[in-house]
Amino acid sequence: MNPLPPDNSNSSAELPAHWSYTTISDKISDLVLRRRNRWPWLIAFGCAFTVMLVFFGACIYLFKTGVGIWGVNIPVAWGFAISNFVWWIGIGHAGTFISAVLLLLRQRWRGSINRFAEAMTLFAAGIAGIFPILHLGRPWFFYWLIPYPDVMNLWPQWRSPLVWDIFAISTYLIVSLLFWYMGLIPDLATLRDRAKSRSKQLIYGLFALGWRGEARHWARYEKAYLLIAGLATALVVSVHSVVSLDFAIGNTPGYHSTLFPPYFVAGALFSGFAMVLTIAIPLRHFFALHDFITVRHLENAAKILLATGWLVAYGYAAEIFMAYYSGEQFEMYEVHDRMTGAYSPLFWTLLVCNVLVPQILWWRKARRSVVVLFIMSLFVNLGMWLERFVIVVSSLHRDFLPSSWGIFIPTRWDWIHFVGSIGMFIALFLLFVRLLPAISIFEMREQVHESSQARKS
Amino acid sequence: MTTPLSLPADFDKPDSLQRRHLLKLMAASIALGAAGCSGPSPEKILPYVHSPEYAVPGEAIFYATALQLGSYARGVLVKNVDGRPIKVEGNPLHPASFGGTDIFAQARILDLWDPTRSQSIIHNTQPSSYASIQDALNVQLKSLEEAHGAGLRILTRTICSPVMANQLHEILNRYPQARWHQYDPLHDDHTFDATQRLFGKSLQPLFHFDVAERIVTFDADFLQGGPASVRYARDFSMLRNPDHGTMSRVFAIESTPGLIGAAADERIALTPFEIELLIRRLAKRFDVLGEINAAADSSATHITGFESKLVSELTQYRGKCVLVPGSRLSVDAHALVHELNIKLAATDHCLQFIEPVEARAENHINSLSSLCTDMATGKVNTLLILDGNPVYDAPSDFNFAQCLKAVPFSLHLAMYRNETSMRCNWHIPQTHEFEHWSDLRAFDGTTSIVQPLLAPLYNGCSPHRLLSWLLPPSLESAYDIVRQFYQHNYTESDFEHHWKTSLHNGMIAGSAAAPVNVTSLLNTSHKYSTLKINPSNNLTLIFSADDSVRDGEYANNAWLQELPRPLSKLTWDNAAIMNPLSAANLHVDTGQLIEITTAHGSIIAPVWIQPGHAEHCVTLHLGYGRTAGVNIATTIGFNAYTLRRSDDMWNTGIISIKHVEGIHVFANTQEHARMIGRDLVRSATFAEFLKTPKFATAKPEQRVPDESLYKDYPYDGYRWAMTINLNACIGCNACTIACQAENNIPSVGKQQVQLGREMHWIRVDRYYTGDEKTLRTDFQPVPCMHCERAPCEEVCPVGATVHDSEGINVQVYNRCVGTRFCSNNCPYKVRRFNFLQYANNSVESIKALQNPDVTVRQRGVMEKCNYCLQRITRARIEADRLGRRIHDGEVVTACQAACPTSAISFGDLNDPQAQLHQSKSSPRNYSLLAELNTRPRTTYLARVINSMTTPLQPGDSS
Repeated sequence: MNPLPPDNSNSSAELPAHWSYTTISDKISDLVLRRRNRWPWLIAFGCAFTVMLVFFGACIYLFKTGVGIWGVNIPVAWGFAISNFVWWIGIGHAGTFISAVLLLLRQRWRGSINRFAEAMTLFAAGIAGIFPILHLGRPWFFYWLIPYPDVMNLWPQWRSPLVWDIFAISTYLIVSLLFWYMGLIPDLATLRDRAKSRSKQLIYGLFALGWRGEARHWARYEKAYLLIAGLATALVVSVHSVVSLDFAIGNTPGYHSTLFPPYFVAGALFSGFAMVLTIAIPLRHFFALHDFITVRHLENAAKILLATGWLVAYGYAAEIFMAYYSGEQFEMYEVHDRMTGAYSPLFWTLLVCNVLVPQILWWRKARRSVVVLFIMSLFVNLGMWLERFVIVVSSLHRDFLPSSWGIFIPTRWDWIHFVGSIGMFIALFLLFVRLLPAISIFEMREQVHESSQARKS
Repeated sequence: MTTPLSLPADFDKPDSLQRRHLLKLMAASIALGAAGCSGPSPEKILPYVHSPEYAVPGEAIFYATALQLGSYARGVLVKNVDGRPIKVEGNPLHPASFGGTDIFAQARILDLWDPTRSQSIIHNTQPSSYASIQDALNVQLKSLEEAHGAGLRILTRTICSPVMANQLHEILNRYPQARWHQYDPLHDDHTFDATQRLFGKSLQPLFHFDVAERIVTFDADFLQGGPASVRYARDFSMLRNPDHGTMSRVFAIESTPGLIGAAADERIALTPFEIELLIRRLAKRFDVLGEINAAADSSATHITGFESKLVSELTQYRGKCVLVPGSRLSVDAHALVHELNIKLAATDHCLQFIEPVEARAENHINSLSSLCTDMATGKVNTLLILDGNPVYDAPSDFNFAQCLKAVPFSLHLAMYRNETSMRCNWHIPQTHEFEHWSDLRAFDGTTSIVQPLLAPLYNGCSPHRLLSWLLPPSLESAYDIVRQFYQHNYTESDFEHHWKTSLHNGMIAGSAAAPVNVTSLLNTSHKYSTLKINPSNNLTLIFSADDSVRDGEYANNAWLQELPRPLSKLTWDNAAIMNPLSAANLHVDTGQLIEITTAHGSIIAPVWIQPGHAEHCVTLHLGYGRTAGVNIATTIGFNAYTLRRSDDMWNTGIISIKHVEGIHVFANTQEHARMIGRDLVRSATFAEFLKTPKFATAKPEQRVPDESLYKDYPYDGYRWAMTINLNACIGCNACTIACQAENNIPSVGKQQVQLGREMHWIRVDRYYTGDEKTLRTDFQPVPCMHCERAPCEEVCPVGATVHDSEGINVQVYNRCVGTRFCSNNCPYKVRRFNFLQYANNSVESIKALQNPDVTVRQRGVMEKCNYCLQRITRARIEADRLGRRIHDGEVVTACQAACPTSAISFGDLNDPQAQLHQSKSSPRNYSLLAELNTRPRTTYLARVINSMTTPLQPGDSS
């Protein structure tokens, strides 16, 4: 079947009339089963895969040599690794938010974007999980942070937020994986049924867990999906709150702030939705999914971006206000240094990216312009990374004793690990779109039903 | 003479096995009293059949010996564990130590185990053997004997060893035409020249700062770098405790900022010319000098204020004051200062003169000059250079390297195959002071026997042994040479007892020099030359010994290289040091390369801006830009000796300074120098202190919070704590390097320091207050605070840093995974992280250096001060064995032991008798960053300055 020309006049998230159950299934499953690999995908995957391999190589070198290959030092003992960790985990928020929260809020339009958003979450959270391990001085002992009954009767130190982190992130990863996999089951069955080769039938069949589409299956499925959604909703708030405690529990000026949990959650959604846009826009373009990921989807994402952007901006303002309101010399100096010190260009850039640029979304025209949204989403991604970096590094580089002040300058290995992780993310995502349905087939079918109902009435 | 073209059989044999074998046997060798033989041991060394009673495996044994600095002795105790010397402590009985040590004594142990020390005899680039050199020398000596020694020259550094002096005299008797020359690039020639002029003979001043209530230093940093510094610092600190109700007052006049300037109550930075002028003005005021060159006198009006302060104080404190001249001053200035001292009755209590400790006190420039002249004219055919490195450090106009080419037979004995060795026919590896028998005299004349701690590691030869080759063969070993010398000079009958006591105590009782009555000798008829006017606007170049590598002698010592220089906090470098105003005038900034041109040549050096430096002058530190004999320092720094000439040894005029392309990146450990209004080093004037003794904790914002979510820990046993007295601390860094030696702290190299990864567990922070005119320097040593509410403990996810039952915040290296959260959360930033594998665990000899009581840390783990837990444990084992508590003073931390001024107190707060309570209950006691509610165990005693004006408060300027 030929991809349909994009219909820019379509302003609703509803499916156009020409989509039937069959054509929907054909369209989405063909992306996985029939479509031949084309040059753009091959080139993109080749590049991303190479970068991923470089990342792995750099990790091996890191394990062999030590974190001294990075620019971290005393006082700035945390650098890119922690910034990257917080950034990726933030990106990993939008998927669950879209899948779970919007499901509970009965936002039906989420159906066409939740699958890849969840995949994004999974990959981002997975990559985020790598960084704290890379960050360790002795990464081969990372499991000491996990409570397990060892012969010496040693347990983690429960007052440390890093231990809470382990729980928060691993729970989040597990629930996200379950949620994503559960959503996939009916579609895996579809793929199984449509696959021509024996091996594909076997593999998809294996993961479809014997799904036959019985009413009983569907009834239990819906219930279970809703339950996990409920569970995941709490995690959307908890994960980044706990991550923020890594900082808020610390006494470093610039870390030590009760504002951090909500501020981090807002920032996470903000960066997550930006990444959704960064992914959705090329995806719908290259795979001609304009009818599924419509301009309305993009516009809704843009609105959330605008809203969370303001929450984040409020966070910035509150941070600065509280520092001066506290009258604490160290806090005041920290804010002063952030605005005028060595890292101030980054601070002002992040304000431009995260506060100024998103204001363009007040205009409906901008919200509905694919190009504007794509560029803006890149700005926000950059801005949020800078925010993490500024929090992590600029707070540390000048704390209490001026004698111990220092500066962090990233080395080439810092950059390789950062860019490498992006390469890994892209490579994984490119694999995902070719191996699994990037858009939920069964939920699209539901929408065919609903759209026809709507048209009838 | 044999010139081996092929390698001798025993050369280059991997001798690690042999050495390990030696190590095992070292204890035995000491027990047999036979370890002193240098070179391959002529005696047989046998393993124990019956272990000596005192040698318990794993237990340390301390041996008393002496280390040289500028050839003068400082008494030390060396800790030996299973035959390995691993740590140097001060000798509490020795007058140059009284228990304290300086950085050089602490770092000397690293030189012993340095695998890059010279290990074989080299004959013109070819490895050779002892047999060959002795053959060659014998051929040479045969012809010399016929010529009565004409053409034989021996060049040494300063000689303070009576045995060696005796050997040299015997050689001169045997070869009457032979000559002995001395050269030491830092030798204090002018003191001896001045005393010669004043008293008719060379004399050496001895200062008594423990009774001097007013001290005036003229470019004289007696707290640092000298053989008497440790003792002087200790004496000095006696009158610096305001809690006792009195305080001395120090006036420091200096060009290059030094420790005395930082410790001073009144300080002024003047150019060398202005210092000379100030001395003459004072001399005139006290009728020592008639007239000063009027033109010169009028050229510096800004010193009159300081001068009148000085005059009034000196008049008032006649008999209780002392003036200290620095070695860079002219002979005239030295003479004037000492005349003033006599005039002001300093010689009553505060100053004594003794006969020179040096075997032959002479002007080293003249000595070397006559040698060079003779070498150049071909009068020298045999030159033996004992230690030293004249090719590198002789005045550039002597052209020593060129002269050396005219000498047919030249031999150099040195621990490293350095620049001089490369240009001599023969190089013989020298023994370390811990490898040979010798003797040394201290600054006050006290004699110590230098006893070896192990057999020579690297086939070394002691200077005594080398000299004995020139004498008729009689004595076998250096041990016999030394022992027989003292036996010969000992008149009583119980020599054996005397010898053993002297060895045990590390000094010969009653050997200090007697003071000379100088007032009767004083000759006032001599004339002072007219002070030459400094051409205005001309910059002066000052040469200075480096704080860490001195004249270059310690250039291969990584601990010293990495030790932040006290004022600049620079490591691994020297620089063209100038003050901010001069830099602004020259439009240069730190790191900018400049070309400095003097009448003697030019040099390219990076600029370092140093607050408190005198204007119109630039200081260059010696000891860098080495080209040979150093393995860690050949590519760093520049060689300032190339501009140093015999007529301008200490300062010279700068003709021009030009910018050169390029920026140099320094490795300094403290980038920010101001307290920016934070209450870190708390200080007051003495007057303020008398009014408000508790000034350090009196202000409402200095309130210490006492709320906490956590319960207090119970301490039933011990409760360890520390205080650091900021009034006593002189910033000498001895604590830092003692800690490094005690705790197996690795050095990380220049690049890692640039990245901010130095590993010192106790650092000395340095802060400036005030502007260039009123600049004050404060030092604050910062070890771990061992907080009662330790922020690090709360955030470690694996419990690798925990509070122990005695209040110590301990770091469990085994458990650490390296999240570095603890370091982030430490407000004092005392934690150090092994970002890479810093500890060297591949080199055998470095392994032997490590303290067996302390873990050698792997990469990826955090480390920090633990109050020398291993020493507490040692004391605990001993106390448990005897069924008692640890006594007060039984545990002395490494930093505390090394501190020359006893600024650090340590003890058990649960012991009501503990000395520590004295300092903890001082009104000046305060906690650093107490407002964070960390409740530090380590507290500070605030600084009190006995200034005549009110000092500026911290934070008055950025």
